[in-house]
Amino acid sequence: MSAELIALSAKAAADAMASGDLDRTEYFEAYRARAAADELNAFTWVAEEAAGEPVDGELGGVPLAVKDLFCTEGVPSQAGSRILEDYRPPYTATVVEKLAAAGTVLLGKTNQDEFAMGSSNENSAYGPVLNPWDRTRVPGGSSGGSAAAVAAGLAPWALGTDTGGSIRQPAALCGITGLKPTYGTCSRYGMIAFASSLDQAGPFARDVTDTALLYRHMAGKDPRDATSVGHPDEIVLPTAQDLRGVRLGVPENLTGEGVEPGVLAAFEAALEQAKALGATVERVPLPHADFGLSAYYVLAPAECSSNLARFDGVRYGMRAEAADLTSMYTRTRHDGFGPEVKRRIMLGTYALSSGFYDAYYASAQKVRTLIADDFAKAFDRIDFLVTPTSPGVAFGLGALTDDPLAMYLNDYFTVPMSLAGIPAISLPCGLSEGLPVGLQLAGPAFSENRLLDAAHALEGALGFDGSAVLGTNPRGGDGPVGPNDGGLVG
Amino acid sequence: MISRDQVLHVARLARLELTDEETVTMSEELSKVLGHIEKLSELDLTAVAPTSHVVAVDVALRADEPHVSLSQEVALAAAPDVADGGFRVPSPQA
Repeated sequence: MSAELIALSAKAAADAMASGDLDRTEYFEAYRARAAADELNAFTWVAEEAAGEPVDGELGGVPLAVKDLFCTEGVPSQAGSRILEDYRPPYTATVVEKLAAAGTVLLGKTNQDEFAMGSSNENSAYGPVLNPWDRTRVPGGSSGGSAAAVAAGLAPWALGTDTGGSIRQPAALCGITGLKPTYGTCSRYGMIAFASSLDQAGPFARDVTDTALLYRHMAGKDPRDATSVGHPDEIVLPTAQDLRGVRLGVPENLTGEGVEPGVLAAFEAALEQAKALGATVERVPLPHADFGLSAYYVLAPAECSSNLARFDGVRYGMRAEAADLTSMYTRTRHDGFGPEVKRRIMLGTYALSSGFYDAYYASAQKVRTLIADDFAKAFDRIDFLVTPTSPGVAFGLGALTDDPLAMYLNDYFTVPMSLAGIPAISLPCGLSEGLPVGLQLAGPAFSENRLLDAAHALEGALGFDGSAVLGTNPRGGDGPVGPNDGGLVG
Repeated sequence: MISRDQVLHVARLARLELTDEETVTMSEELSKVLGHIEKLSELDLTAVAPTSHVVAVDVALRADEPHVSLSQEVALAAAPDVADGGFRVPSPQA
């Protein structure tokens, strides 16, 4: 029975619960049992029961997995960091509140790279997440727990955040769909901040329709986030079956160099499918895209070095004992932050320090302008840009941990869209070496409805089948509970 | 190459204690990443305006009206050390 429930899309389950054909408690328990038996380390906390009174709404009764960095009142919200171990916030993030108001039920909090800094989920203080397609490999990051949970059928869908690719890349590596919305369409209130001018919440789901359905209830202007603007359009469920009249653009600098051959082959096969659906494909110049990574790895660390100043052992989180105030600050931060977070705080502080500001921070902000201008010019000619989401398939655990720069190169295709604030979706387009390959579609700001429609049409033609890993958490909630039960649950 | 002294200076600015070993590693790793970032200097940026924020936001001022906020008790609940209704910290002078 559990397997049939897990195979339902979130939308199908919501419809069945609304019509009375599916029992809410049975559906929630099917997922709760699987999440509690999690063997992928995807969850850092699992709900003991469906909290609160049932809410009737479009999403009524559908469990929701939430990336750990979304503050949820009374529930551990640790952002993957030791410095926030067992921190239980006194308030809930706006997008989580909005989804609860639409009927979702909190299923659990998902593992992530510490403060969303990473591309492999190996930077979590709570251990790495395993990729359900191959447990010796990473799920991607930073929202690796959310992606692995959805792919393995431990959650019907999940919330993530994307600063430079943290939704799209793990979606690609786990064979599911993930949307990074236009910056500002979703409130950042209650998201533990990494880089505020780039951070954006977004949905993970197993198909494009569920992705649209979740995003539809996330978007909205929020008086508690002064940079939120909401979405000018109501988000509608996608219906397109073809791509007639759609102009796709492949960046000229995407030559194949640095991209795994199997990824390139799956990408090119997907382009052929797009053409068969009626799309045109042309090459477009993005002359400054190659500078995206350099600009990003100045701007994001600079913003993080400022945002993470709040973790000082005074108001919340852990404190290291010391005789004087400054030593308490410095020791708390030494003991509480992991190596990647320290690296980025140092990089950002250096880039903002006297004498280096113009060479690094000011230059990176100017490059951000050039990249946004490149996209604007491209979108005069085409509807959507299309690239592989990630240069490679899921890599082995530990393969890149000793080489931060090689790890950063994972973000090559996803960072430019973040810098320009435009929406981009990753959807699975095939397999290479038996592992999923992601296709990224990006459009102009606020083009989500068109973007989701195009992704929906492509999804139908690509026919990606993720069922191989959907039931693979072996105990599946039917047998004895997994090692995470007890210690982390509750 | 970022020197050991530069690393220690930046760590001081960031209020971050580093062990000797971490200082050495940090020097090597930061140098490598900064080497990549040097790519920015290939561009002539003199006539380019900076972008700090990508989405146009109107003046985001709200009406200045009192509203209920977190109670003192709730705001202090997660603090490592509380005394007399406030956050207690070690003396700056000790």
